[in-house]
Amino acid sequence: MWNAKDIPLFPAAGAAVLRFAPLTPLSMAGAHLVKTLVQRHPSLFSRLGEQAEKTFLIDPTDLPFAFRLQPHGEAPSLEAVRREDAGFWDARIGGPLAALLGLVHGVYDGDALFFSRDLVIEGDTEAVLALRNAIDNEEIDLASEVAALFGPLEHVASAPARRVSSLVGAWFGVALTREDESHA
Amino acid sequence: MSRPQLELVCPAGTPAAFRAAIDAGAHTVYCGFNDETNARNFPGLNFSADELATSIAYAHKKGAHALVAINTFPRAGAVELWHRRVDDAARLRADAVILADIGLLDYASKKHPDLRLHLSVQAAAANADAIRFYAKAFGVKRVVLPRVLTVQEIAAVNRDIEIETEVFIFGGLCVMAEGRCSLSSYATGKSPNMNGACSPASHVEYREEDGDLVSRLGGFAIHRVHAGEAAPYPTLCKGCFEAGDYKGHVFEDPSSLDAAELIPQLAEAGVTALKIEGRQRSRSYTESVVRNFRKAVDDYAAGRPVVAGALRGLTEGQTTTAGSYRKTWR
Repeated sequence: MWNAKDIPLFPAAGAAVLRFAPLTPLSMAGAHLVKTLVQRHPSLFSRLGEQAEKTFLIDPTDLPFAFRLQPHGEAPSLEAVRREDAGFWDARIGGPLAALLGLVHGVYDGDALFFSRDLVIEGDTEAVLALRNAIDNEEIDLASEVAALFGPLEHVASAPARRVSSLVGAWFGVALTREDESHA
Repeated sequence: MSRPQLELVCPAGTPAAFRAAIDAGAHTVYCGFNDETNARNFPGLNFSADELATSIAYAHKKGAHALVAINTFPRAGAVELWHRRVDDAARLRADAVILADIGLLDYASKKHPDLRLHLSVQAAAANADAIRFYAKAFGVKRVVLPRVLTVQEIAAVNRDIEIETEVFIFGGLCVMAEGRCSLSSYATGKSPNMNGACSPASHVEYREEDGDLVSRLGGFAIHRVHAGEAAPYPTLCKGCFEAGDYKGHVFEDPSSLDAAELIPQLAEAGVTALKIEGRQRSRSYTESVVRNFRKAVDDYAAGRPVVAGALRGLTEGQTTTAGSYRKTWR
């Protein structure tokens, strides 16, 4: 049984280094990732319904930047932003990076993280619930989604991506991949 | 000594949670359509007819049962939606529908005489006379008892009725007369009993103020919790208010039901099935709770001791109570 208080924080030294890192490469990767998600998980967006038109600030509070997600059907985007430059958002979901990744990979329960104050939500609560429920249903594995960015070489990249993610995740206590599924 | 195998009835808000519940050992899973016909009508949650068909087939393939909750009360002039959902559940081979409204029970019993009917907790049938009425008038086979009865009262009800009883064993604890509570309606203009959402997300606002988490429902501040304190659900019945000289949780503390340690007494009281609350929760919650309680009911049936209290981290307020089963609350 997991304990919310066991959620690891991103190392402070690493966060300090990232404070000066350019965000453009991360934004480019994010843009590709969200477009791949649209193609591979169409039901994610149908489950979001009208909430897909909202703007979400996904805020890993132990990192020096956040992600601005616009899951808009025709032109979805995921952009890395400095908090002071985040601009308008409808809903903010904040918490340690490990908690946010654990939510995506089905390790943590969103309500339990909220009860324990490890997860903070602000703004449009309806949009937050819709996004959480839609992601939970899709059983997304980020390592597999990253492998899908390799296009025709996905089948070559998938197994190593998951294996590396699993090993690194186990080392840091973070769910970087979905451990309970078999991915052919 | 032979002990009964209690049926574990588990929640699913999404097809993924449905599969997780079955794989974790649920005997039965309950769920609802993605509209106002069920009492967990939250955004991004619930099932389309196609998703329900696939999920029911999965349950049957694994030897489990699937129940469909159509347990809100039809609005005047809009009853066709509720009728259509009963028809859909019958067509998709649900093992039973969970209903609360008398008119809908009448419709289902006449239109689908072979469809098993369960009486929802939303009907608030809390005595033998009421339950016998539903059994006789509509052929209801099981009643989900309101969360306001003691174990002794449940035993007394079971002695006087001939249908099965199902009781809540774990999860969010509604302390009101369910199906009749209008607290959320007053604050939001939306009825939990007809629109399907208590404290609808569209009317909930959270804000961090000087390190405190302030929750508002329909513009009314109902909680202020300090840093490090557990946060509750934004429900009025568990809100923190001032009344005269008293400041605190006027109705009930934000705490979740965990009656695992009462499994033996509930079985001896004649209960057939144990229900886990939480269709609005994640697949992770479903998997953890179902696996834990399947072990508990199996341990009870096998004569082994039942281990309780392992799931506190998943609960509202991070605290649990045996609720009205023991009536030790304020």
